[in-house]
Amino acid sequence: MERTIAGKTIAVNDEGYMTDFKQWDKSIGEALAAENEISLTPRHWEVLEYIQKEYVNEVPLSIRKIGKSGVVDIKEFYVLFPKAPLKTATKIAGIPKPASCI
Amino acid sequence: MSENKGEIKKMMIILSKATLENVYAAFVLANGARMEGIDAEIFFTFFGLEAVHKKKMNGLHIATVGNPAMHMPTMIGGLPGMEAFATKMMKKEMEKLDMPEVPEFLEILSDSGVKMWACKLAFDMFHYKKEDLFEGVNDIITVGDFYKKSEGEGVHMLFI
Repeated sequence: MERTIAGKTIAVNDEGYMTDFKQWDKSIGEALAAENEISLTPRHWEVLEYIQKEYVNEVPLSIRKIGKSGVVDIKEFYVLFPKAPLKTATKIAGIPKPASCI
Repeated sequence: MSENKGEIKKMMIILSKATLENVYAAFVLANGARMEGIDAEIFFTFFGLEAVHKKKMNGLHIATVGNPAMHMPTMIGGLPGMEAFATKMMKKEMEKLDMPEVPEFLEILSDSGVKMWACKLAFDMFHYKKEDLFEGVNDIITVGDFYKKSEGEGVHMLFI
C-alpha cells in the first residue's frame, strides 16, 4: 500500500514499514520518528546510519549485533529507542523489520 | 483476555531448571519480550539458579537422558561424555544462529532492562553467597515478593 508522509508518497507494508528503501530520505525519517514519539538527535542518526549500512550490505540485524557494533551499546540503544528499539529504529530507517528472535 | 484487549505488558518468567535448552528458552523469551517493548523479569529458582551462578553458568549441559526429543536411546544418552558431546554440537549450531553463550546472554538481558531475581529458598538450600551470583541479579527474594512484583494488568507468568 502507499501513504503520504513529509509531502512524499512512500510504499509501506501493513505494519507501516517502508518496502522500498530507495524512497527513504531524512525528512521521511524525521516524520516516521515523530510518529513513534522520538525526536532524533545526532546520536540517533549515527545509529540509524549504521543499521541502514548493515541493511545495504545484507547483514541481518539483531540486538546482539547492535551491542557489538561499536556504534552503540545495548543499554544506550534502549535509551534512544525506548519501546521495541530494533523494530522502531528499522521503521524510522526505512528498512524491513528484522526477523530475528535475539 | 478482556483486560487491555489482551495486550501483554509484562512477562514474569520462572526458570527452575539448569539444562541448557530450558535456560535458553527462558532467555530468548525474556529478550524477545524486551525487543517487542514488553517488560520482562526472570525468577531463578531451584536448579535454575545455576544459570546465574558465576562458576556454574559456563558448564551447563543439555539433557541427553529423559529427553525424548534427543531421539537417542536412554542407555546411550547416559554414556560418559555424551552430554558434553551433545552440548558441544548444540552450541555450534546456536553460534551459527547468532545465539550468545550464557554469560554474554545474561549481559544482553541485563542491558536490555530484564530484571532478575534469585529465589531465597533455593539460594539458602544450595548455600550460595551473594558474590557467587551474576552482578545483574537485582536481589534475592521470596516467592511472596515475586508474586507482589507480578501484580498489575497485562502481566503473564510462565514456568520453565
